[in-house]
Amino acid sequence: MSVAVEPGVRPQWTRLGNPVAAVYGALVLLLVLGSVLVAMRGGVLLDQGGILNILTRSTALGLVAIGQTMVILTGKLDLSVAYLIGLCSLIGAETMAGDPGMILPAVLLTLACAAGVGLLNGLVVAKLKVNAFIATLGTALIIRGYLENGYTGPSGQVPRVFQHLGYDRIGPVPVSALLMLALAGLAWWFLARTRPGYHLYAVGGDEEVARFSGIRTDRVVITAHVLCSVAAGLAGLFLASRLGSGAPWVGTDAGYDLESIAAVVLGGTLLAGGRGGVAGTIGGVLILATLDTTFDELGVTPFFKDVVRGVVLIVAVALYARRRMRR
Amino acid sequence: MSVTGLTVESPVVRLCGIGKRFLGNQVLRDVDLDLHAGEVHALVGENGAGKSTLMKVLAGVHQPDEGTIEVDGVRRTFASPREAQSAGISIVHQEFNLLGDRSVAENVHLGREPVRWGRVDRRRMEAETERLLDWLGERGISPRTQVRRLPVAQQQVVEIVKALATDARVLAMDEPTAALADHEVELLYDLVRRLRERNIAILYVSHRLREVFDLSQRITVLKDGELVTVRPTRELTSDQLVRHMVGRPLDAYFPDRARPADLGDVRLAVRGGGNARVHGIDLRLRAGEIVGLAGLQGAGRSAVARAVCGAEPFTEGTVELDGTPARIRSPRAAVRRGVAYVTEDRKGEGLALRQSVRDNALLVRRAAFGRGRGLRRLDLGELLRSVTLVARGPDQEVRLLSGGNQQKVVLAKWLAVEPKVLVVDEPTRGIDVGAKKAVYDLLRGLAGQGVAILLISSELPELIGMSDRVLVMYDGRIAGELPAGPSEEAVMALATGHALEAA
Ligand SMILES: Nc1ncnc2c1ncn2[C@@H]1O[C@H](COP(=O)(O)OP(=O)(O)OP(=O)(O)O)[C@@H](O)[C@H]1O
Ligand SMILES: [Mg+2]
Repeated sequence: MSVAVEPGVRPQWTRLGNPVAAVYGALVLLLVLGSVLVAMRGGVLLDQGGILNILTRSTALGLVAIGQTMVILTGKLDLSVAYLIGLCSLIGAETMAGDPGMILPAVLLTLACAAGVGLLNGLVVAKLKVNAFIATLGTALIIRGYLENGYTGPSGQVPRVFQHLGYDRIGPVPVSALLMLALAGLAWWFLARTRPGYHLYAVGGDEEVARFSGIRTDRVVITAHVLCSVAAGLAGLFLASRLGSGAPWVGTDAGYDLESIAAVVLGGTLLAGGRGGVAGTIGGVLILATLDTTFDELGVTPFFKDVVRGVVLIVAVALYARRRMRR
Repeated sequence: MSVTGLTVESPVVRLCGIGKRFLGNQVLRDVDLDLHAGEVHALVGENGAGKSTLMKVLAGVHQPDEGTIEVDGVRRTFASPREAQSAGISIVHQEFNLLGDRSVAENVHLGREPVRWGRVDRRRMEAETERLLDWLGERGISPRTQVRRLPVAQQQVVEIVKALATDARVLAMDEPTAALADHEVELLYDLVRRLRERNIAILYVSHRLREVFDLSQRITVLKDGELVTVRPTRELTSDQLVRHMVGRPLDAYFPDRARPADLGDVRLAVRGGGNARVHGIDLRLRAGEIVGLAGLQGAGRSAVARAVCGAEPFTEGTVELDGTPARIRSPRAAVRRGVAYVTEDRKGEGLALRQSVRDNALLVRRAAFGRGRGLRRLDLGELLRSVTLVARGPDQEVRLLSGGNQQKVVLAKWLAVEPKVLVVDEPTRGIDVGAKKAVYDLLRGLAGQGVAILLISSELPELIGMSDRVLVMYDGRIAGELPAGPSEEAVMALATGHALEAA
């Protein structure tokens, strides 16, 4: 449509500009609103316990969502993360078996397994050209089969020192949350500053264009899937340290597959790929965690909780769509 | 550039005996091509002749099944575009090849971002882009602008800069002017001349013969994937060229205009139509009439078309169809009342690229009317023949058709609803001379059956040759009306607002 374009250069916005600001604006608004609502019930939302609660909730979801952001930026999707988290918690806890000396080997083994699953996802999507939705759903089913066949409940044991990772905190801030944020920072740097990061955006923006520009699009897609699975592996280890052991259901009970996709989309990343970033995702994660914490304080039924979350998600995406159209 | 130089110098690139098959379909057969430094070599042929495919073979996108590629006398094979780029060969694709969400600099360096200490060196990227833009004499494009915010012509410049950024010595351009309006084409001419002065070899594909004669030193003609002839441009006339391309002479290019007796009642009347983009639009289309709508890019031609067809409806004024007031608030309402709109942007709005020719052709008809209801049975084969579509069959995916044939599917899609009023926006963009002629005959034939046609085209000769009346737009308004066969100067005077100021 030629007429919409005025000649000359229009004001621009940087990649970190609008959507991210909007996400954090919404977060602040939500915190204020939540505080008021909780205060009306005679409670305090943002006391030591509240902050701790929000941040703890954010840690595992944040880890998964950082990885999910990478995959979604390339225009794909990973539905296998939830089962992978369960699997990784088990691998970690069983390898450690209560022995502090085994922590390092266990972590390495777990992450290697996660990377292997990511590699599998990536290869199937990039080389066999299977739609990511289906490919990762398939992986999810395979892992589920393995878990259901081999486990009925928690298994393995993490040593005490490793549990510190899950519980230590500085003031109201858990160390693990700080580690998660550090990882987010790293991911941001990777996406916004490095060449592979640029290529992730390019592949998501238009895979053909990227390919014609000499980018090895297959590798980019595979890389994104590996990073996503490794992030899920980290989440599995974190949950194992909280739980003291591994459990097949840690990932699926919290619905980390859909939850992480929701956080990414809420954070302003385009589900079709090519646009968005980790900063928004973390905002999305914090919004979801704040919602949960507020509802817990208010003692709302889980049913109502889900309805509100659904509405928030749809409204957010509709707003992004409008914005994009007006551009 | 001396012609003797051409024959003595050894070519930068030599393609020998190139053959290419897609799924057993022979698309290229034994094609030779030489490119010389500082020479513009035009590649012409009908839609589906294999021009784009040959370019893609040259640029490493496709690998040839037969034949060899030599660069500077050395045999090379390119497994990927990147390998061709490192040999100095770049391509400007037929469809835009830019990421709208990324900046100009990011697009220019896509896939080859400079890295320093592990991070992308943005400053260098921007400086480099700035330098290239300067080198080409293009000012007014900031390397930091998001590409989607640039007008089409400037996007084209970015595309070319992107191709050059690889230190290209050979630049293949596939219909670089297809998306440009007439006055923007001038800018591209300049650009091509400057590239030539800088000793770059250019392979140039275009369906606009005027450009081919203006710019090229040599012409290669392809037909059905085979080489017809290679000749210095000076030795060819445009008639000869057309004969080589089509295989027969094309007489009387534009069909006869309507005689006054052929015109029927007013089918579409707009009075005082206006919306955010256009103002005070008065428009009357009579049955059997082709009315041309001229104007520069951004003057509001497409906005009028979109308003008439309900995509961005008029908010002021009245619209009458066949004498009765009509409120057209959506494209669906327009289609159901017999107003069809052939969009100019085939990739974005016109086609579902992954669906078959049949599904695309019947898309609007099915959507607006349900299957079969309210319309005569439709002969799909006849319809596709009437737009001279070259495809393997109605089941072929549209994405695999050549650019020009995609455009024909768009046309077919709208003809399938048997409209009373037909608005066509750049109907011949990217289609070959033979097919253009077919489209002209088709439009005139439709008019003859009582359809009222509003024709938008950036190619003035076409607009003038086809229209029974020409309306010229300037700055969102209709600046004036000209009778059949106006001079180009008269149209341009109105289109640039000259006549207004003089009056
Ligand atoms: N990837 C592909 N798979 C199958 N067939 C293809 C593919 N690409 C092109 N073709 C076919 O090869 C033929 C030549 O197409 P090509 O795009 O080279 O034509 P062209 O000369 O550029 O035409 P136009 O002027 O319309 O752009 C067409 O019949 C087209 O359908
Ligand atoms: Mg082509």
